[in-house]
Amino acid sequence: MKREVSRDVERVVLTLDVNGEKRDLLVPSHKTLLEVLREDMQLTGTKHGCELGECGTCTVLVDGKPHLSCLVLPIQLEGRSITTIEGMAHGSELHPLQVAFAELGAAQCGYCTPGILLSARSLLEENPRPSRDEIREALAGNLCRCTGYIKILEAVELAAGRML
Amino acid sequence: MRESPHPALRADLPRERGGELRVVGKALPKVDSAAKVTGRAIYADDMLPARTLHCRILRSPHPHARILSIDTSAARRIPGVQAVITGIDLPIKFGILPVTQDERALEHEKVRYVGDPIAAVAATDEEIAAAACDAIEVEYQVLDPVMSIEAALAEPKDERIQDYGGPNNVHKFVALEFGDVDDGFARADKVREDVFFFQGNTHLPMEQHSAIATYVDGRVTLWSSTQVVHYVHRALSKVLELPMHRIRVIGAAHGGGFGGKTDPFAHEIIVSKLAMLTGRPVKCTLTREEVFYAHRGRHPVLMWVRTGATKDGRITAMHFRSALDGGAYGSYGVASTFYTGALQTVTYDIPAYRFEGCRVFTNKPPCGPKRGHGTPQPRFALEVHLEKLAGDLGLDGVELKRRNFVRPNTRTVNWLRVTSCGLEECTERVMEASGYRTRARRPGHGMGFAISSYLSGAGTAIYWNDMPHSEVQIKVDRGGVTVYCGAMDIGQGSDSVLATIVAEELGLQPSDIRLVTADTDTTPIDLGSYSSRVTFMAGNAALEAGRKMRAMLVEAAAAKMGRDAASVSVTDGRVGDFTFEEASVLAEARFGTLTSAGSYTPPKIAGPYKGSGVGPSPAYSYSACVVDLDADARTGLVNVNKIWIAHDVGRAINPLLVEGQVEGSVYMGLGEALMEEQVFRNGLHKWPSMLEYKSPTFLDMPDVETFIVETLDPEGPYGAKEAGQGPLLPVPPAVSLALHDALGVWIDEIPATPEKIVEALRRKDKGEPPRYGPAHFPAIAYPPVIKVQPPPRDS
Amino acid sequence: MLRLPRLKYLRPKTARDAARMATELGPRAMFVAGGTDLFPKLKRRQFDIDTLIGLDFLSRAIRNGSDECSIGAGATLATASRDGHLNARYAGYAQAAGLVSSPPLRNAGTIGGNLCVDTRCNYYDMTYEWRKAAGFCLKKDGDICLVAPSSPRCWAVSSSDTAPMAIALDGVAILAGPDGDRELPVRDLYRDDGIDYLAKQPSEVLTGVRLRAVAKTRSAYVKLRRRGSIDFPIAGAAVAAELDGDTVVRCRIVLSAVASHPLEATAAEDFLKGRTISTDTIREAAEMAAKPAKPLDNADLSHFWRKRMVRVVVEQALAQATTSTGGSVVKLSGL
Ligand SMILES: Cc1cc2nc3c(=O)[nH]c(=O)nc-3n(C[C@H](O)[C@H](O)[C@H](O)COP(=O)(O)OP(=O)(O)OC[C@H]3O[C@@H](n4cnc5c(N)ncnc54)[C@H](O)[C@@H]3O)c2cc1C
Ligand code: SF4
Ligand code: FES
Ligand code: FES
Repeated sequence: MKREVSRDVERVVLTLDVNGEKRDLLVPSHKTLLEVLREDMQLTGTKHGCELGECGTCTVLVDGKPHLSCLVLPIQLEGRSITTIEGMAHGSELHPLQVAFAELGAAQCGYCTPGILLSARSLLEENPRPSRDEIREALAGNLCRCTGYIKILEAVELAAGRML
Repeated sequence: MRESPHPALRADLPRERGGELRVVGKALPKVDSAAKVTGRAIYADDMLPARTLHCRILRSPHPHARILSIDTSAARRIPGVQAVITGIDLPIKFGILPVTQDERALEHEKVRYVGDPIAAVAATDEEIAAAACDAIEVEYQVLDPVMSIEAALAEPKDERIQDYGGPNNVHKFVALEFGDVDDGFARADKVREDVFFFQGNTHLPMEQHSAIATYVDGRVTLWSSTQVVHYVHRALSKVLELPMHRIRVIGAAHGGGFGGKTDPFAHEIIVSKLAMLTGRPVKCTLTREEVFYAHRGRHPVLMWVRTGATKDGRITAMHFRSALDGGAYGSYGVASTFYTGALQTVTYDIPAYRFEGCRVFTNKPPCGPKRGHGTPQPRFALEVHLEKLAGDLGLDGVELKRRNFVRPNTRTVNWLRVTSCGLEECTERVMEASGYRTRARRPGHGMGFAISSYLSGAGTAIYWNDMPHSEVQIKVDRGGVTVYCGAMDIGQGSDSVLATIVAEELGLQPSDIRLVTADTDTTPIDLGSYSSRVTFMAGNAALEAGRKMRAMLVEAAAAKMGRDAASVSVTDGRVGDFTFEEASVLAEARFGTLTSAGSYTPPKIAGPYKGSGVGPSPAYSYSACVVDLDADARTGLVNVNKIWIAHDVGRAINPLLVEGQVEGSVYMGLGEALMEEQVFRNGLHKWPSMLEYKSPTFLDMPDVETFIVETLDPEGPYGAKEAGQGPLLPVPPAVSLALHDALGVWIDEIPATPEKIVEALRRKDKGEPPRYGPAHFPAIAYPPVIKVQPPPRDS
Repeated sequence: MLRLPRLKYLRPKTARDAARMATELGPRAMFVAGGTDLFPKLKRRQFDIDTLIGLDFLSRAIRNGSDECSIGAGATLATASRDGHLNARYAGYAQAAGLVSSPPLRNAGTIGGNLCVDTRCNYYDMTYEWRKAAGFCLKKDGDICLVAPSSPRCWAVSSSDTAPMAIALDGVAILAGPDGDRELPVRDLYRDDGIDYLAKQPSEVLTGVRLRAVAKTRSAYVKLRRRGSIDFPIAGAAVAAELDGDTVVRCRIVLSAVASHPLEATAAEDFLKGRTISTDTIREAAEMAAKPAKPLDNADLSHFWRKRMVRVVVEQALAQATTSTGGSVVKLSGL
């Protein structure tokens, strides 16, 4: 086979609910949510490390649950609510998880941070008092190369404690 | 041996603060933390200016081949393709070290590994660029690939990979002797030899390398995820044949480096060239697979070590040999080769030392500096070897090591100057906390102990020059403080360190300080974020600049108050009777524009011999580590239960950041010890993906207990040294030693995968030597050693 | 960044419509459910298609009968792994679903997709550029097998975690074709062929799976992988056992990731029938179960070691399903 690009691009009109705002979009139907968020909606807080479902960096929330934005098409998500890192703070008030991550140095290079924060938020909504092992389980799809995970675990615990 | 050395501070504290530090030593959030937890930080790939073209690079499918022809005509015809370039457009060679200028941004004569760049396309969309690359026809004359150290040492079937170095595919030899090694062995009661292998592995930053360039008004501007804007600046100037002042390199927010973004890279040069040709912004973000090809990671190193010791465990001499599999290009390889032999003496007092090193070229992605640069491999060998030697002597391994610990304020036999050294205290901390001596072992349960040391910045620059290694400027205006420095924050928190030091000096909080860093147009030079140099070097420069600024503010305030400058305190946002802002207005009225500058040049401490430039550092950090694990004899599966690590950082400017660096180092060391490895099959990287290259997940990482040991280095800023690399080093040997404790087998090869453990146990059961590791060290025709007179013993 | 090829996305409303579209479009089109298997493969250009047929209409419901449980093919792995009834009665199945890859992936990946997941091989699950450099293989664009060059067939590995469990629990697949529905035991859904690994028609939609177990059935799934998360199985054992006291009435043992299809360990099953459960019988049965497993050098770690490990995973799964203590367990998932 050869890589080819002669085929026409099919575009779809759709409405995406991102961070509580509905946006009408005209995008190629084969563009992943990751690409649409970053390139068509300028929401570049969502990062990527493999685009193959192997690292968790691109995690966003769909109806409150972590999903890999590199493996989903916007067309599959119409009518569902998407949350990205840009939608995590309340106005200029940071989410307790964001505060805890900042305070404890849980973000070093910060590249894995948006995905991990969102996974952690989903966890705490489901289970406000997770044990350390439950946090590990919940975040096990998100790789981080900087922190050794320790400060992240501590930050999730700190935020959980404050949110009770 | 001193218990807890606290040499006098050069960075003596102002009296009026009662010696108390206000922000240094406090666990404050990083200055960029808000940007990072909100997704606001802009990384290179986040930039997408109007009219941006996307670049993809055609890479070699062959490990070793001559290029006979390249036909780009079909690619050029694809709609959306704006430019196609090949090596003819960028023929000038570059490389990080002046002695190995052996890389081209695009090769048009010969390719040396699968992934070597050949041509590049700029197109309106990335898939078009990829399709255009696929449409480029390249004719090759395939050459026999050289895929192992042994093969590289032998006569090549076709031709050598590089046309320098030699014999055969040898890149570099080093052979040095300090003191009388033969005499040392003769004095020993026991002499032991061992062979080890440390497999190569890679940095795997979460962020794939990315660069975007514009060409406006005859000037190139490049934003890149690099650790070293200055070196990229130099390489661009050379290859693009533009003076440095017509190029601006800016470090974008950085998604992880670990040494992997410390070379100037082909894609950085390519996007700049394409921007010049098209007049449009051009971006290239490597795919994950390409990141594996860019590499510059840990060298696979074969090692042979021979040590003599007296009955009571004192080392009398050591002879260390290394053979590094360098991959296809030089990169930092000459330095890496020296590093495999340089720091043995910085942890253990070795009275006579011979080092023979050799780096070879192979048809694999080039190796270079990864966290610990060239030193984790010998550290692994040495720590395991000494434990075996202790066994031979009927001594306890920890005790033997302790008896040989290097002492503070000494010079090693190879002329390295050791100042502060917290080895003893680090060891005590982890031994005590882990219960290493007292804890009962279950079947299959074991603990291992190892130590290490690392540089706080290389004492010599990569290219020879007399200029400072780091410079910092401070501007104060209406109470606002801006710090300018070329250093690149790669996540380790160097911006926070600069802000903390300046804030300390000016009586402010780190969050009051604005930072402009890593921009070759607006910031003074810093050599970059590698070799753990930023805290020490940029930190000292910031300290100097901060003190000068402080002096101006104090003088102006004192004059207004009619008091003696010495009695004006600078603290909590006040300068004497004035707010900081008032004081800055007074000072500006008195001195004009308020700026100050500081710089740092390392002391000239290298020894009097060729090759002495690698190894010296103004200060060394020290660590000690205990690993506790369970290993299953039937399957070879390993569960690491806990790791204790103590690290002598000199002073923790911010303990939170130090812990973060230590924990991250332990994580990376553990990944290397158990699962991370670069493997090649039929000339190709076997698993260039995040799924198959195994990086530990949340569930594979044990709890870590970190102890910060402060020895207050006499030359470090406030006594600080380094934390980013040293703590990685003891982890692989401690894992291997814990496996020995657990199962009674020696795993002399890293990573210690379950199959190796099972094989070692099988050998043990059959009565063979209970070990897994290389059978022998190849016969290498090292050149005759250069004998260097050691420094006088008690300097 | 790796991107998908240009694709159309069709949205049928029913399985019948979907099957008709697939019949009409032939090999140019593929079904997509969660996309977690298909999208990475499309990005790596492992399929040449121009159309996706979305299966968003699939039922996500999990319905319980007395000796039966029916699961909609659209149910996500996360839902299945947490379902109370599944955990109580079909524990092995819930375990298997919960051990697939990672939490965010399980929120999208479906039960149907997991049963239809493509076979894997580390010469094949690579980017187009990598495969072009290595030389294409039988499974895609080439004409030899790179793992076993002298063999006429493809040995890509069946890597589904739930398929062996569904077989062990006498699962039945419900298929919708362009002209009607049919049922097929899950064990008959697979063929021993790395390329043509599914026995269903390409146009047939899997709409659900029915598991069966009598009240006394206990099941367990043990998975071997390098890390605690993300990784595919490199060996796995699904066991469903019906015991009368200590005596085995019936026991099903199915292996994952050791062949191109889920491998049924029939010899071991026969051996166990009527025997009293003990450490020794478990060991002997595990030995027998492991015999037919022939891992090749196309997955993580060496195939010699993987072969040795089959016995261990079977032993553990048997112990978990048949003894109250679950046997002595080395933590297998992860190092
Ligand atoms: C990093 C990574 C790790 C993974 N680890 C595992 C693992 O550990 N264990 C494991 O089992 N899997 C694993 N997978 C594979 C995959 O994610 C799962 O198998 C998942 O369940 C697939 O479901 P899906 O709905 O996403 O399938 P899709 O990707 O939508 O489809 C997969 C295949 O099945 C077909 N298909 C899907 N649904 C139907 C249907 N209802 N009827 C007919 N055909 C259908 C599609 O055409 C396609 O060929 C992994 C994937 C990735 C990327
Ligand atoms: S088993 Fe052989 S034919 Fe099948 S995917 Fe692997 S290399 Fe290709
Ligand atoms: S980018 Fe790695 S999982 Fe999506
Ligand atoms: S903070 Fe850098 S990858 Fe997690």
